[in-house]
Amino acid sequence: MRTVGKVERSLVEEISRKKGEPEWMRQLRLQSLELFEKMRDPVWIKGIDEVDLDKLVLYEDVEVRADKWEELPDEIRRFYEELNLPEMEKKFLAGLSTSFDSEIVYSRAKEMLEERGVIMLPMEEAVRRYPEMVRKYFGRVFPPATHKYAALHYALWSGGVFVYVPKNVKIEFPVEAFFLISSEMFAQFEHSLIVVDEGASIHFIEGCSSPQFRKFSFHDGVVEAYVHKNAHLKFTTVQNWSRDIINFNNKRAIVEENGSVEWVEGAFGSKASFVYPSVTLQKNARARVTNFSISHQGEWKESGSKVFHLGEGSRSTVISKTISTGDGVSVYRGLLRINKGAKHAFSAISCDSLLMDEESKTFTYPHNQIEEETARVSYEATTSFLTEEQMFYMNSRGLDEDAAKAMIALGFLSDVVAELPPEYSAVFRKVLEYDFRGSVG
Amino acid sequence: MLRVEDLHAWIEGKEIVKGVDLEVNKREIVVVTGPNGSGKSTLARTIMGDPKVEVKEGSIIFKGEDITDLPPEERFERGIFLTFQVPPEFEGVKIGEFLMKVKGREDLETLKELKEIFRRVGLKEEFLFRELHRGLSGGERKRLELAQALFLGKDMIILDEIDSGVDIESVEMMISILKDLKKRAGILYITHNPLTLKLLEDERIIRMKEGRVVENGR
Ligand SMILES: Nc1ncnc2c1ncn2[C@@H]1O[C@H](COP(=O)(O)OP(=O)(O)OP(=O)(O)O)[C@@H](O)[C@H]1O
Ligand SMILES: [Mg+2]
Repeated sequence: MRTVGKVERSLVEEISRKKGEPEWMRQLRLQSLELFEKMRDPVWIKGIDEVDLDKLVLYEDVEVRADKWEELPDEIRRFYEELNLPEMEKKFLAGLSTSFDSEIVYSRAKEMLEERGVIMLPMEEAVRRYPEMVRKYFGRVFPPATHKYAALHYALWSGGVFVYVPKNVKIEFPVEAFFLISSEMFAQFEHSLIVVDEGASIHFIEGCSSPQFRKFSFHDGVVEAYVHKNAHLKFTTVQNWSRDIINFNNKRAIVEENGSVEWVEGAFGSKASFVYPSVTLQKNARARVTNFSISHQGEWKESGSKVFHLGEGSRSTVISKTISTGDGVSVYRGLLRINKGAKHAFSAISCDSLLMDEESKTFTYPHNQIEEETARVSYEATTSFLTEEQMFYMNSRGLDEDAAKAMIALGFLSDVVAELPPEYSAVFRKVLEYDFRGSVG
Repeated sequence: MLRVEDLHAWIEGKEIVKGVDLEVNKREIVVVTGPNGSGKSTLARTIMGDPKVEVKEGSIIFKGEDITDLPPEERFERGIFLTFQVPPEFEGVKIGEFLMKVKGREDLETLKELKEIFRRVGLKEEFLFRELHRGLSGGERKRLELAQALFLGKDMIILDEIDSGVDIESVEMMISILKDLKKRAGILYITHNPLTLKLLEDERIIRMKEGRVVENGR
């Protein structure tokens, strides 16, 4: 089934009915739709005015993007061939989920997770099988009223993954949802919910650095994470959208006492991207947010973070690294709030931007609301430029402008790329080169 | 192999190289010397194709073809290599990765070759993981530039003051490398190190002054 249509009650009802949802979920959708209709566009949004939502909303029961390797656009096919990925992975990346037999490689990982009591299911299935557990968290971490597009998301959500890690269970290997949950990870309004119970820990990897071929051009996903006492979650996202996509990425974590969360976020490809992982920290909780992005000719990339310190002794580190080339624009937009009573809270924010061309732009809008006197906050921002001398040096060593920029970009990002799992950094390098070669900037 | 004819090079509206003629052949070292600011580096950079230099008159002929208007990466492809007197720094760019990329080969054999060259120029292996020219001492930068001259195997090698600010033993090491390179390439060697000038007294020497060649001979 496939619907391209007006965002209205009948569409929302139809989605809910098709999914066989409980009444509370149907209500949540309808209330969110009302909110969406009432709310105004966030003032900080750029590029959204050109989106005609009624045309863009594309609801598909199952996300199948092409049925055969041969049906893929040439450009995408060539790309995968160049990356030299194993055949199976190529097909999977290209969205040929129907022909991908994930069982072979990843069943072992799945088994291990099951043995340890970890629940990992497509979101819809979780709503049916674990309604009470899902209801307890769903929409509570990232409320629909957060902004207009959050409301839209809750009205239309489909796909995504539910993860529950039981008390004291520590998963040592990174879990790649990408391979384990297959197509559910790729929906337009996918909703993921991760609950890490007391003392448990997990590293969850969403997406992949290879570009993905989608039929939609507006992405509005939500990730909610609830990290209980003494628990740890690392959540890594590397998404490489195709160039025509407008990407909205809404992520939020609530971290209880002594818990910690790490968001690592790299978003590429899309023509406009809005990514602000956010965190609410209770007593002695910790957060580390790392964002990196590249804005090419004609693109607008916003990233940043929102950190709310509620508890005493809470600590946060925010790292943002952005690159602009051509007339690309990179924006850091951050919010740091330290509530009265969050004694000795500590936050360190650093934003580094690299401008590669004369027309390249970067803006930073740090916003601090510090209500606690004993809090310590540091904020550092640097802007560096690719100089003519650097370019001449690279050219004189045989690298043309694009290759030189890719080399310099990779260098600039090297410390954040080091936070990715090793097998990712290798692919990442090739993706970067391709990214610069394919661009006008 | 390389012939520069009546070259007039301008930077920011100012004539820096004022009609230079020069020829360097395979298996030949041509030494260029002259006071500070006489235009030696500008001459070298013009040959490599520095975009901020404007050639208003004259031409650069390499292997029989006019390359005056080619971009630097094309000149490199055709076989010209230039070491920078003051190389720029690159944050996070690993020397090893950079060199393998430039060489266009990433196999173990190439890595072994590179390690051997590092040993020869006196750079420890760990430099493969250091940042490109960032945080390197003056002498280490010179060695790294020289290592590239050896590693990349070009036919025309232009060395711009790789012997300034290095100790006497290193100068001797550099000269021995130079004599090796001479066996397969043409070399344009810019220097005003008295020791090098002495060691290279049998080679052809060109003296520049205020953008002109004032002396050309042995
Ligand atoms: N980018 C530039 N802008 C303005 N003037 C320049 C620039 N580059 C070089 N010059 C000038 O051109 C002249 C020649 O400089 P060049 O670097 O070629 O001299 P050099 O012979 O290599 O000197 P040294 O022995 O000090 O290395 C100098 O007067 C210098 O100031
Ligand atoms: Mg000089």
